[in-house]
Amino acid sequence: MQKIYRLVALLIATNFTLYAQEVTGLVVENIPNGKELPLAGANVYWLNSPIGATTDQNGRFTIPQDPKYDRLVISYIGFITDTLTIGAPKDIKHILLANNQLEEVVVEKKRDAVKKTFFSAQNVVTINSAELLKAACCNLSESFETNPAIDVNFNDALTGTKQIQMLGLTSPYLMITQENIPMVRGASQVYGLTFTPGTWVESIQITKGAGSVVNGFESISGQINTEIVKPLTDYPVFLNGYANLNGRLELNAHINQKISDRWSTGINVHANNRSVKVDNNGDGFLDAPLADQINVQNRWQYQNPETGWVSFLSFRYLNDDKQVGQVNYEPSIHRVNQGAALDGSEIWGSEINTNRFDSSAKLGYVFPELPFQSIGFQASYSNHKQDAYFGLNQYDIDHQSLYTNLIFNSIIGNTKNKFKAGLNAAYDGYDELVNDQAFQRVDRSLGAFFEYGYEDLERLSVTAGVRFDTHNRLGNFFTPRIHARYTPWERASLRASFGLGRRAANIFAENQRLFASSRVIQLNGNGGDIYGFDAEKAMNFGVSYLQGFTLFNRPGNVSVDFYRTDFENQVVVDWENPSAVRFTNLTGESFANSLQVEFNYEILPSLELRTAYKYYDVKTSYQTGLLQQPLQAQNRYFLNLGYETKIKENGSQWRFDYTLHTVGEQRLPGSENTVPTTQFGRVADGYSLMNAQITKVFSKKFEVYLGGENLTGVRQGNPVLGASDPFGPDFDTTVVFRPILGTMVYTGFRFKG
Amino acid sequence: MKKIVVVLMAMTLTNVAFGQNKNKKMTFEVNGKCEMCKTRIEKAALNVSGVKFADWSIPTHQLSLIVDERKTNAMAIKMAIAEVGHDSKELKATQEAYDNVHPCCKYREDNTDDGKSHH
Repeated sequence: MQKIYRLVALLIATNFTLYAQEVTGLVVENIPNGKELPLAGANVYWLNSPIGATTDQNGRFTIPQDPKYDRLVISYIGFITDTLTIGAPKDIKHILLANNQLEEVVVEKKRDAVKKTFFSAQNVVTINSAELLKAACCNLSESFETNPAIDVNFNDALTGTKQIQMLGLTSPYLMITQENIPMVRGASQVYGLTFTPGTWVESIQITKGAGSVVNGFESISGQINTEIVKPLTDYPVFLNGYANLNGRLELNAHINQKISDRWSTGINVHANNRSVKVDNNGDGFLDAPLADQINVQNRWQYQNPETGWVSFLSFRYLNDDKQVGQVNYEPSIHRVNQGAALDGSEIWGSEINTNRFDSSAKLGYVFPELPFQSIGFQASYSNHKQDAYFGLNQYDIDHQSLYTNLIFNSIIGNTKNKFKAGLNAAYDGYDELVNDQAFQRVDRSLGAFFEYGYEDLERLSVTAGVRFDTHNRLGNFFTPRIHARYTPWERASLRASFGLGRRAANIFAENQRLFASSRVIQLNGNGGDIYGFDAEKAMNFGVSYLQGFTLFNRPGNVSVDFYRTDFENQVVVDWENPSAVRFTNLTGESFANSLQVEFNYEILPSLELRTAYKYYDVKTSYQTGLLQQPLQAQNRYFLNLGYETKIKENGSQWRFDYTLHTVGEQRLPGSENTVPTTQFGRVADGYSLMNAQITKVFSKKFEVYLGGENLTGVRQGNPVLGASDPFGPDFDTTVVFRPILGTMVYTGFRFKG
Repeated sequence: MKKIVVVLMAMTLTNVAFGQNKNKKMTFEVNGKCEMCKTRIEKAALNVSGVKFADWSIPTHQLSLIVDERKTNAMAIKMAIAEVGHDSKELKATQEAYDNVHPCCKYREDNTDDGKSHH
């Protein structure tokens, strides 16, 4: 019997050791009837050594013997600890005596849901709320001014809308989510970022490269996720007022209340208005739109730490009206209908009116006993209705969208191996009117994803995901994506990523600025499923290297990124011909190479320098050849300086911020034509833009700021081509390569109650 | 041989009977002081087969674990932690292992939490 025991003990021992010499034994307690009961789980260890063992179910243990140690300690909660002197390998039997007092009381500390931040495999840049305050104005599209990962371009000469791009590709190729629900897409592609007020934003995460498979297959060059302020953690009362010298007024108010231990609710209200007509360049066109927006959000947050349930409910209603065009334009009087006979006295104007309703529900369950395991469910519905006309052109779009996502997070073996698995279902219904032509489309997709994440906690982390989708227009397809990070030495990070992405291009919604021109729209499709075109498909890969350092006791880092996006198909928007815009499927090549070198350092105590050089080689095969995308500068330079004084006891502080953007030469559309097609010539010269802001914090509750954008007043002299004859053949508002507005001074306050 | 198989099966059954928990929560103290210690301790714990989750708290020095009791036990985890230079109540790392920890982690000289002052 003893023999078998030994064998079994050996077989089930979890630690096979190389030690030939071991001490084995049996630990028992005496029970009243004179019998002995084996003690399972008793600690057996050599005093002051790193060697220990635990008794098994039968009270048996095996512990390696090392001549350096001869005191064997046997302990068990509720028993008196014994120390035996053992000099040589042998088999022992030991009886532990019960201790009437508890030797050890383990008090388990109640902890919050554990949140770990490991170095992520993905190239993620986080913009926190402090960073967002550096450029106080005004909405999400303007929140990237102090960050070199995102470039900001001008969308058109009329609306002042900023267009963001990453890795040389504009926002349709980015997945823009709000709390991980796809947000700026479809009908809201162009103006969507301006519909999230800046004060609502808690933080922004920018992922360069393909991104995760969890949120869908649409992202191609990157993902931007925005976290919105939460009722539980936002200020009970927050007020912000803003005004600039060009007549833009903004007001933000947040009111948050805790209703019970588990429920909180908040209302965020935003309103902005510009009723002052500005035409500084004297071309007879408004330099900035007359605008009016009301934006109201109500959020409910539920949290129950005992059961592990969390939930969010959000509702948002938005109404945004913009009027652009000639200064004297009065919509009720001057609107010209298509087909009307023109006598040359007409006034050109445009209105873009948007109504949007959003709602989302999130439900999450964290297994209370297993902090690494959770289930989440998200569902969102939005209805976006835009009615617009641009002179004679009419463009209306109705977009109803439904998105659901079910996700299960857990581990394989231990938390070094995590996975996410889940399902998505999406519905998009589009109803568009382009002049007198109606387009209707329904997109439906169902997808399943699995993402595996490995981290060894120090040097290596890998995220590999794949999803399979079935889409009524894009077909059935797999989307693989992989990200890896390796730390070759201290404070360094080497990253690589690869991924595929696909999307259905909403050609009109994304390019609606082209309606504000005399260009003829040509759809040269091939009978594909989306406006006669095929789905867009691209591959993205990239490598990056980040190195942290300390110089003169102050921290800094330097990084180099290279990414390439290669399109297999793209709906090419060719506007090289000044009188037309031609949409085609890609024939030939289309790619975007981007290189970024960034250097960040605290050059003096509390004085932070951030600087970056970016090179973009973004080429597409147009009718006139493989050309750099028009208005895409090849070279860009960025510099940001931030200085903060020490926070005094009452919370008061000064903050100073300065940003410089240098944009190199931009190729203008039509540069390859024999006669340059625009009066600007073939290329637009480079220029530099400077912004600065001063914030005076009076206390934890109150602060004011004063800032200036475009301090040197760089301006495009005549951004509207053919301004003198807006209904004529040369009218074009799309060739914008410099700011329209000159210097803009603004001021505002924040109150946090 | 047959006998052994029978005993083994019996053992498996007893394991079930004793209710060995595959998601057993346990907490014990491990000495250390900073973010680097935290990574080292958690990594050593997670490298023990059967440890699913490990979180070491810098201020309290408590290591919280979720382990599969069928595969491992506290002493085996403490041994793994001692091997990378960290002491627990029962087990002491060898001088050699302790010498290998980063100079900022020398908790035997000063066991205070200074996780905030460096990484």
